This record gives sequence, structure tokens and C-alpha cells, in this order.
Amino acid sequence: MATDDAFVVFDRVQKSYDGRTLVVKDLNISIGRGEFLTMLGPSGSGKTTCLMMLAGFEVPTHGEIRLDGQPINDIPPHRRGIGMVFQNYALFPHMTVAENLSFPLEVRGIGREEREGKVRRALEMVQMEEFATRLPGQLSGGQQQRIALARALVFEPELVLMDEPLGALDKQLREHMQYEIKHLHERLGITVVYVTHDQSEALTMSDRIAVFNDGVIQQLSTPEDLYERPENSFVAQFIGENNKLEGEVVALEGDVATVRLADGALTKALAVRVEGPGSPTLLSLRPERVRLGESGGENRATAEMLEMIYLGDHIRCRARVHGNDEFIIKVPNNSGHPPIMVGQTMPVSWAVEDCRALDPL
Amino acid sequence: MSQVPADPHAAVVTTAGGVEDGPILTVDGQPLDEALARAGRRARWRAFLLVLPLLVFVLVTFITPIGQMLHRAIYNPTFSQNMPRISAWLKAHPDDPPTEEAYALLIEDLKEARKNKTIGAVATRINYDVPGTRSLFTSTARKARRLKPPFGEALLKANRKWGDPRVWTAMRQAAHAYTIDFLLNALDFTRDAGGDIVRVEPERQIYGKLFLRTLVLSLVITGLTLVLGFPIAHLLANLPLRYSNLLMIFVLLPFWTSLLVRTTSWIVLLQTNGVVNDILVWLGLIRDDQRLQMIFNQTGTVVAMTHILLPFMVLPLYSVMRTIDPSYVRAARSLGATSWTAFRRIYLPQTVPGIGAGALLVFILAVGYYITPALVGGSSGQLISNMIAFHMQKSLNWSLAAALASLLLGGVLILYWLYDRLVGIDNLKLG
Repeated sequence: MATDDAFVVFDRVQKSYDGRTLVVKDLNISIGRGEFLTMLGPSGSGKTTCLMMLAGFEVPTHGEIRLDGQPINDIPPHRRGIGMVFQNYALFPHMTVAENLSFPLEVRGIGREEREGKVRRALEMVQMEEFATRLPGQLSGGQQQRIALARALVFEPELVLMDEPLGALDKQLREHMQYEIKHLHERLGITVVYVTHDQSEALTMSDRIAVFNDGVIQQLSTPEDLYERPENSFVAQFIGENNKLEGEVVALEGDVATVRLADGALTKALAVRVEGPGSPTLLSLRPERVRLGESGGENRATAEMLEMIYLGDHIRCRARVHGNDEFIIKVPNNSGHPPIMVGQTMPVSWAVEDCRALDPL
Repeated sequence: MSQVPADPHAAVVTTAGGVEDGPILTVDGQPLDEALARAGRRARWRAFLLVLPLLVFVLVTFITPIGQMLHRAIYNPTFSQNMPRISAWLKAHPDDPPTEEAYALLIEDLKEARKNKTIGAVATRINYDVPGTRSLFTSTARKARRLKPPFGEALLKANRKWGDPRVWTAMRQAAHAYTIDFLLNALDFTRDAGGDIVRVEPERQIYGKLFLRTLVLSLVITGLTLVLGFPIAHLLANLPLRYSNLLMIFVLLPFWTSLLVRTTSWIVLLQTNGVVNDILVWLGLIRDDQRLQMIFNQTGTVVAMTHILLPFMVLPLYSVMRTIDPSYVRAARSLGATSWTAFRRIYLPQTVPGIGAGALLVFILAVGYYITPALVGGSSGQLISNMIAFHMQKSLNWSLAAALASLLLGGVLILYWLYDRLVGIDNLKLG
């Protein structure tokens, strides 16, 4: 995303609450108009603080935030015109659904008729027309979620912030709402900044994902890149399931590193973040990229099957590979796979480019 | 279950526990509701036994005294019990002027009352209604043995006041043990010589003014505690725990100090040569001969009572505010509301249960407050409870005290009802 058409820009932003530790360390990010960007990270990683700074509830200790080219550090939250959906929805409990939706229009001095039209359209958008006269307390979690969404959109902001909006819903409803939010985003063309700690939510909805840890963005890229090509061990661990193999770089030829593993065996891996021969490294290998048998690729090993879990579409095997007891192999449940038994020793293999040599943790 | 469902499968469901079209039975054929009642009975009895001591306590120490007080406000048998003969005659001849027979009965009663040493109580009772008649009864009772017929003239000779129709009206009223006269008195009404209800002379209309003053001062105090308590409660609810605990101690500190100490310390502060006046003089804001009178008047009552009742406003407000998620105000701000609009339209309405509870609590306490106005109120800062205490302790007119207290209780109940109608009592949150 080029800087000149960036809609939201964080420019060298730092935030500290106590003057001793930084919660957000040197954050630089630019979000394009119409983009769906997710800030993903474990709790305490600084992602919510970033969102609150953008909304105007926290002041950056250093640096500048720009919205549509304008610095907004000194603009109070109510003049930023940013829609926001809160984790607990924050629907005003003493107002009906229609009054809740009408509130942002009233404070903008919009006339009664226009207000009613907009409220009705916003309710239609989330298919909640018949609930206009209910109080929020009379709605289910999912319904409250939709109303909160409608309220954040009713005054037609260009930017909408969402702070873990689906965290309180059950799994099925959450997945359903993910699609609804995604479709709304596509239809309305708004820019969305979304905060979550749920990686599948981030992968489902986002154009780009910023993975936060320890106040720093570890990687900012598309969902596909993030999963397929993690740039460091934290991202590899955090996104999806991952097999770790510790080792030491023996040789480096082009982008292929030869690594000596803990059990002494040599294996080849794609050098992504290694410093050179002699340096420690952590190999990252997705469980579904490991094949039973010898047809998977150049790297071969023997696996002693320790545990099997039948999961319908695939079988999840825990095995000992290169001395690692926690090595997971996902075997697709198609007709051709060889019979697996616990205690059995089988050859396994994987391709060099699927095994990424990253920084040691 | 009274209809037999058309669907045969549904019928199976309803008859699974019993017969169709009748009460549902348990598997061994007992009616289900009886079985349920039996199952719950033991637990209910145990629960009842647990609250029984409190129930008895409340009954003995609360319900009974209040019932007694309400009763005493309309029931005073002093005259009818101690002067039975004349009382009976007056009741039998409600409209007749006193006859020779009545005078004879009166003298008979006076003699006996003197012998029983109850003449003082009788005299006091009539004295409530016609001031200055106490000695009429006691002195006539002393002479009663020597009075000879015709008794009418003899009585008049003994004391000319026996010819005063007001005395006879008062006796006529007092002859009835049940009377609304005390309630009338408490509302500044009385009976004229003919027995009709009239207002008392303007200079003796004290209770109406006192009720009004009590109401106004209580409202002022409630308003002040709200204005002062709201920000404190908000601060308490939003500070980090370690600071809010400290602040809470300061709020509760008055509770741990004797009421008497707190009230007298206000005297030290506010009196003419007190700390506040000294500082004002020292600052040059007032001259030494212009020292403000801030105590022993209404100002003193308002200041001291506001201070004492403040925690009763802060605590319910705090408990409500603590439950209001800060994200509501944030949401309002993000939706475009200024901080003032967010406060007025989002925060304030959510604190209404706390405001209601605090205001009701403070108001009801203030209406019945006694010690503080007595100590710092002077004469202009006295409330109705001080008058009730006066009639309990000094004038010993317990029936009038009871009548005043009953009216106070009735007034509070009416306000409580009004509150329920306007705000809704289920909107109340005390903690």
C-alpha cells in the first residue's frame, strides 16, 4: 500500500502508561482507503492500545497519527467521525434500539425525518427492522452485536474500528457474523480496523493482518503470506499449527540452509531469518506439509507414531521425529493413505521450501 | 392440560405422568402439586425458623411501638377513665347545656379524682385544649368536699371559669377516649366554644410552619448532598482500587465518629468567634463587627446535617456508578457526542437508581432528624422532630407528639408513593 493513498497512518507512534515501559514501540503502519486491516496478537501486545489511540481515547506518548492526511492527535474523539464497535457492544441500556441508532444522528443535529430514514435503513442492513422498539437487554448476544454494528455505521463514517466485537459470541454465531461483517465491508467500501486475538477470525476477514507482539508489529501481510511465509518464529507459532525443530546452521547456499538438528541429523531448509553458519535456528514446518512415505520431498526422517486422533477429514498423528516428541503430522483422510498404528515407525518426508529456518525463540 | 390434544403423540406425552384431562400425577399416583408442596415444606419451615428471631425482634421493637404511637394519636382515655360519671353524662347529652345533675356528677368525679391522685392528669388533659385551666381543676377538687347544692352556683363561686363554655366543650371532647383533636392540633386546627373545627389564631399556628420548614430544609439538604456527593462517588467509582479505598475511608470516616462530636465540632467552626469567622476577618472579607451568624440558625442545621448525611448519598451512588461500564461514555464519544452530552444523555440516566436511592435515604433521614437541629439549630433551625421531642419530654402531651409523628410518617409514606409513581421503586439500588 503506497503512502500517498494511505487513509490512516501511524507515524513512529509510541505509547507508555507509566513512563518506564513502552506498550507500543515505534509503530509505523499505513492503512489504505477501503482496506480491512486486522490487528492480531496475544493480550497485552499493544493492539487495543493502538485502536484506542486511533479512536482518541488514548493519547500517543510520541509520534503522530494521521487520518486522511490530517494529524488527529489533538482532535477529541467526538470530532474524529470514526465509528466504533466495542467488545461488550456498549449499547446504551436505557434507550431502545432505535434510540441507540438515532443517538449519533441527533448529536450531529440531523433532522427528525432524515434520522428516522437512516435508522430504518441501518436496521434493514443488519436485518433487525422488527427490533426497533426493544431495549438492548431484551436482545440476544448476536442481535446486540448487529445493533452495535448498525450504530457504528448509521452516521456513515469512512473508518470503523472494531475491538474484538465477536469475542462474546458462541463459535457458530461468531463464524456467521464474520461473514456478515466481511460482506458489509465489501458492500459499503468502508475502511475497517479490526482487533482480535482469534487468528481464524483474522484469516477469514482481513485484507491484511498486522501481528502484534510485545508492542511491535512482527509481520504485516496478507493472510496467505502470513500462514505460508511467516517471517519469524513468533508469527509461525502464533498463526496456525507449527512443528518446531531446533538446530544450528551448518552451511548456507543461496537461500537454502543446511541445519544440524538436536539429534545430530542434517536437514535442509529455506533460509528466511538466519545469520550464517554457526548460528542457532528454529525450523518451522506446517503439519499438513509433512507426508507419510518418501514422496514428500528432499528431507526424509523416520517417525515413531505416539498418538493418533481421528478427526474425520484428517487424522492427526503425534510422532517422534528428530527427537521431538511433539511433532504433528496431519494425514488427509483419503482412500490412498497407508495404515497407521501407534508404536509403528514409518518414513516421513517434506519439501525444502516448506521448512523455514527462522530466528531462535 | 385440560384439553386432550388431537395429535396422538402429544397425548402420550401428557398422559405419561397420569390420566388424561386431570391433575398430573407422580409415578406412584399422587397429585404432582401435592408432592411438590410436600417436598418444599421442610425447606420452607427451616427457612422460616431462621428468620423467626428477626421477625419477633422487628415485631416487638418496631411494629408494636409504631402501632402504639399511631393509636395514641387518636386515643387518650385520661379524662374518660378518671372522670367516669361526668364523661358518661356528657356523652349521653351531646348537645345539652350542663344541668344541676351534671354539676353534681362533676363534683363527685372531682372528689374521687383527688382521692385517687389523678386530678393532676385530668387537669393537664383539659389544659391542652384550654390553656390556663389547670388550677381550675386542682383547686376546685380541693374544695369539692365543702361544696353544697345547688352545685351550679357553688361551682361558679368556687371558680368563675366553670361558666366558660370552652371548658365544657373541652370536657365534652375529652369525654370521648377516641378523638381526632390531637391530629387537628397538629395541623393547627382547634375547636371553638361551639365545638366546631376552626384554625387556631395566626400567632399560635406553629406546626404547619414547622412541617413546611422540615420539608424545605430536608429538600435543600438532599439537594446539597447530591451536588456534593455525585462527583465524589464518580471519583470513587473510577479511581484505581488503592486510591479509591483510601478515599472511601475518608467518606466513611464520619460514620466512625460520634454524632455528638461531629455536631459540636461544627459549633467550634461556625460560631461567631469560630474558626471560619476568624479566617474571614483575617482575610479582610468581613469586618470584626460583621461576623456572620452561621450556627444556631437554619444555616447551622443545613451545614451540619448535609455533612452528616453525605455518606448516605455517596454510598448508593457509588455502588451504581461502579457498575456502569466506562465503554458507554466512550461509545457515546465515538458516536460524536461531546463529553457534556455523553454525561447528560448516557451517564446520568444510568445513575438514576443511585440518585433515587440516595435521595430517598437522605430525605427520609433528614425529615426525622433530631439531635443535630437540637444542638446547632437555634430557634429558627428546629425541625418537627424537635417539637415531637418537646411534647414527649417537656409538655408531656404524648398524644400530640404521637399525632405529629403520625402525620410525619404519613407524609413520608406519601412521598415514597409519589417516588414510586414517578421513578419506580424497583429502580432503587442501595448497594
